[in-house]
Amino acid sequence: MRFGGAETGAAGARGVGSLANQRVWGWGRQPVGETELRRPERLRDLYAAVSGEGTALARGLGRSYGDASFNSAGTTILMERIDRYVDFDPSAGVVECEAGVTIDDLVRHFVPRGFFPPVVPGTKHVTMGGAIASDIHGKNHHKDGSLARHLLDFELLTASGDIVTCSRDENPDLFWATLGGMGLTGVVTTLRMQMTPVASAYVEVDIDRAPDLDRTLELFHESDENYRYSVAWVDGLAGGRSLGRSILMRGNPAPSGDGRGLDVKRRKERSVPKIFPAALLNRTSVKAFNTLYYRRHPRQARGAVQHYEPFFFPLDAARDWNRLYGKRGFTQYQCVLPYEGGRDGLARILEFVRRETRGSFLTVLKRFGPGEADSPLSFPMPGYTLAMDIPWRGAALESALERIDAIVIELGGRVYLTKDARLSAESLRAMYDRLDEWLAVKRRVDPESRFVSDLGQRLGLVA
Amino acid sequence: MSEGAKGSVLILGATSLIGRATAAAFAREGYDLMLASPGGPELEHVTADVAIRTGAAVVSLELDARDTASHAGFVRRAVEAAGGELSGAVLNFGLGGDAVCAREDMSHAEEILRVNFVGAASVLGHLANYFEQRRRGFIIGVSSVAGDRGRQSNYVYGSAKAGLSAFLQGLRNRLHHAGVTVVTVKPGFIDTRLTYGKVSPKMAAAPERVGAAIVKAVKKRRSVVYVPGYWRLIMMIIKAIPEPVFKRLNL
Ligand SMILES: Cc1cc2nc3c(=O)[nH]c(=O)nc-3n(C[C@H](O)[C@H](O)[C@H](O)COP(=O)(O)OP(=O)(O)OC[C@H]3O[C@@H](n4cnc5c(N)ncnc54)[C@H](O)[C@@H]3O)c2cc1C
Ligand SMILES: NC(=O)c1ccc[n+]([C@@H]2O[C@H](COP(=O)([O-])OP(=O)(O)OC[C@H]3O[C@@H](n4cnc5c(N)ncnc54)[C@H](OP(=O)(O)O)[C@@H]3O)[C@@H](O)[C@H]2O)c1
Repeated sequence: MRFGGAETGAAGARGVGSLANQRVWGWGRQPVGETELRRPERLRDLYAAVSGEGTALARGLGRSYGDASFNSAGTTILMERIDRYVDFDPSAGVVECEAGVTIDDLVRHFVPRGFFPPVVPGTKHVTMGGAIASDIHGKNHHKDGSLARHLLDFELLTASGDIVTCSRDENPDLFWATLGGMGLTGVVTTLRMQMTPVASAYVEVDIDRAPDLDRTLELFHESDENYRYSVAWVDGLAGGRSLGRSILMRGNPAPSGDGRGLDVKRRKERSVPKIFPAALLNRTSVKAFNTLYYRRHPRQARGAVQHYEPFFFPLDAARDWNRLYGKRGFTQYQCVLPYEGGRDGLARILEFVRRETRGSFLTVLKRFGPGEADSPLSFPMPGYTLAMDIPWRGAALESALERIDAIVIELGGRVYLTKDARLSAESLRAMYDRLDEWLAVKRRVDPESRFVSDLGQRLGLVA
Repeated sequence: MSEGAKGSVLILGATSLIGRATAAAFAREGYDLMLASPGGPELEHVTADVAIRTGAAVVSLELDARDTASHAGFVRRAVEAAGGELSGAVLNFGLGGDAVCAREDMSHAEEILRVNFVGAASVLGHLANYFEQRRRGFIIGVSSVAGDRGRQSNYVYGSAKAGLSAFLQGLRNRLHHAGVTVVTVKPGFIDTRLTYGKVSPKMAAAPERVGAAIVKAVKKRRSVVYVPGYWRLIMMIIKAIPEPVFKRLNL
C-alpha cells in the first residue's frame, strides 16, 4: 500500500490527498478492484476530484453487492463526508441534504420529528447518493413505488464540471437516467426528498406461514393491498412439496399511544470477527436454521407491534455479517419476473438454485407495483422480485447463474444491477429494452466517458 | 435569536470536521452557536446542518483569517449577533497547506504563516480584549503537535503552530488574572482532509474526539490538552531527543 498524499502533497493536483492502489470491494466481498481513493469533505474538494485528467466514480457506503461502487480504471470518490443537511421544512416534510447523508442518519434525526424516509432498503447503512443511483425500493414498493417517486430534484455534478439541477421538469432525461444509472451520469451532490409523516416509530405486523409457493403467492394476492409493507422470507433450501415455503411479514405504520412514541432505538451492532470460519456457514447449518426459523413462527399472528429497527433493518444487528461467507464472498441474485408466468418462473429458479448451486442461504420474495416508465435503467416493474444470497464459487456458479438469466429473459424479467457482479452485456440488453435511450444520455453528458465503474465496463455502459 | 441557557460559543473554522464536531459537542451542552469560516456554500450547509442535527440556535458569520483589518469589526459583529454576550470562542481555523510546495513557493509558505499564526494572533487578540473586559468566559486555540518540534516534513506549518502555542501560553497567563480560561488544544493525527492520504486513516483519531476534548477542557479549566491524550507522551519523547540526534532523523 502506498499513500498517495506523500508523493502528491496534501493539496495535490486534485485538492485533497489521495490513497493510491487501494483494494476495494462491494458488500459481496467479490470481485476485488484496485483504485485511487479520494474522500472530499467540501463541495470544492469534490469538484476538484472530478476535474482534471482521468476517470472517476462516486461511492457511498459500498452496500451494493458487486462491482458497481468502484473504478479500477481511475479514481473512486468516497462520498461519506459530503453529508450535510441543507434544509428541512417541517410543514411540508421536505428535507434537502447532501448525497452522503445516510438512511441511518435520516431516521435518527427525523423519526423524533415524526418523519420516516419514504423508501428504505434492508439496511440503514446506505447513502442517499447510492439510493438514487440504484433507485432503491423498499417493502412498500407495491404501495409507494421506488425512491424516484419521492424525490423532488437533485443536483448533479457532470463530466463538464457543471452542476445541473435535475427534476421531472428540468433536464428530465438526466433525472431519469441518473435514477438507476449506477453513478455513471455524474455525482449527485444534493437532493430534495419528500419524507413520510409517521405517528409512531412502530409497525403493526401480521405474520403468515405459507407451506409452499402457491400459498405464498395466494396470500400476496389476497391481502397485500391491506399492508403498506410486505415481504416474505423464503426457505430457499426446502424442496419437493415444501418448495417456496415462507413466512410473510406484512404490516402498517402503528398509531401513537400505548407507549408507542417516536423513539429511536440505538442497538449496539455486533461485529463478526474479521476471520470468521466460513465453513460454519454451510448448507447443513443453514438448512437446520431455516427449518427452526420456519417452525418458530406461528401459522398466523396478528397485530404484533414491532419497532421500525428490527422490522426494516433486521440484518443490521450484526454489522459485518457479510464476513460470514469468508474470503471468497457471496453474490446476491435479485431478479423481477412479470406476474404473467411469474409463478412458474419462481418455481423453476428456486428449484434450480437448490439443485445446481450451494443453495441460497437467504431468500426474500416480494411483489412490485408499477415501475418508473420514464427511467430506462430503474429496476422495479410489476411482478415478483426474488433475492437469493449464494456463496461465491467461481466459474461453476457463473454458468449456473447464466442459466437463470436465460429463464429471467424468457419471462421478460430483469436483474437488479446494484446486486449484480457477473451479468453479461448481452443479457443486460435483453433485460433492459430501453438501454439505448440511457446510452444516448450517457454519450451526451459524458462524451469522453469520465465516469467509469468496473460494473459499467463489464456491462458496456461506458465507452 | 433565542438565547440558550448557557449563551453563545463562537467557532472559527466551523466548516472543518473538527469544527462541526466541536459545534455539536457544545450544542449538546446547551450552548447556542455562532459559526465562522471564509463563507460560501460550505458555511451555508454547515450552518443548516448543525441547526438541524442539534436543534441549537445557529448563526453564521464570514471571516477571512488573512484579512486582519476586518477582525476588530468581526468580533464586534459576533458579540452583537450573540445578543451582546459571548460565552466563549474556539479558534479552529488552520491551513494545512502543501509542505513540498512551500519549499519552493515562498508565497505559499507565507500564506501558511498568515493563516495559522498572523491571522490567528490577530483575531485572538481582539477576542482576548473582549473577554478580559467581560472577566469571564473561555478561549480555545486549536494548535498542533506539529508546533512542539520542527520537523523537515512540515516545519512551515509547524512553526506557525509553535508561534500559536506560545501566543496562547502568554494569553493564558494574562487572562488568568481576569478569570478567563485559555486552553491550548494540540491534536495529533486526526482523520480529516488534512491527513487523508498522508497518514493511514487507521492511525488517525475521529474528529469527534477533538470536539469532546474541547468541551471537557472548558469544564475542567485545563491549560494544555493533547488529543488523543497519548500524544502528550509521544511528544515528550520526541521533544527529549537531543538536537544532534534529531537532525539525522527522517521525520
Ligand atoms: C443488507 C442489504 C439489504 C439491502 N436491501 C435492499 C432493498 O431492500 N432494496 C434495494 O433497493 N436495495 C437494497 N440493498 C442495496 C442498496 O440499497 C444499494 O446497493 C445502495 O445503492 C447502496 O448504497 P451505498 O451508499 O452503499 O452505495 P454504493 O454501494 O457505494 O454505490 C452504489 C452505486 O451508487 C453510486 N453512487 C453512490 N453515491 C453516489 C452519488 N453521490 N452520486 C451518484 N452516484 C452515486 C455508485 O457509483 C454505485 O454505482 C441492500 C443492500 C444490503 C447490503
Ligand atoms: N487533522 C489533523 O490531524 C490536525 C492535527 C493537528 C491540528 N489540526 C488543526 O485542526 C484545525 C482544523 O483542521 P482540520 O483537520 O479540520 O482541517 P480543515 O478541514 O482543512 O479545516 C480548516 C478550517 O479552517 C478554515 N480556514 C482555512 N483558511 C481560512 C482562512 N483564511 N480564514 C478563515 N478560515 C479558514 C477552513 O474553512 P473552509 O474550508 O470553509 O474554507 C476550515 O474550517 C486546524 O487548525 C488544524 O491545523 C488538525
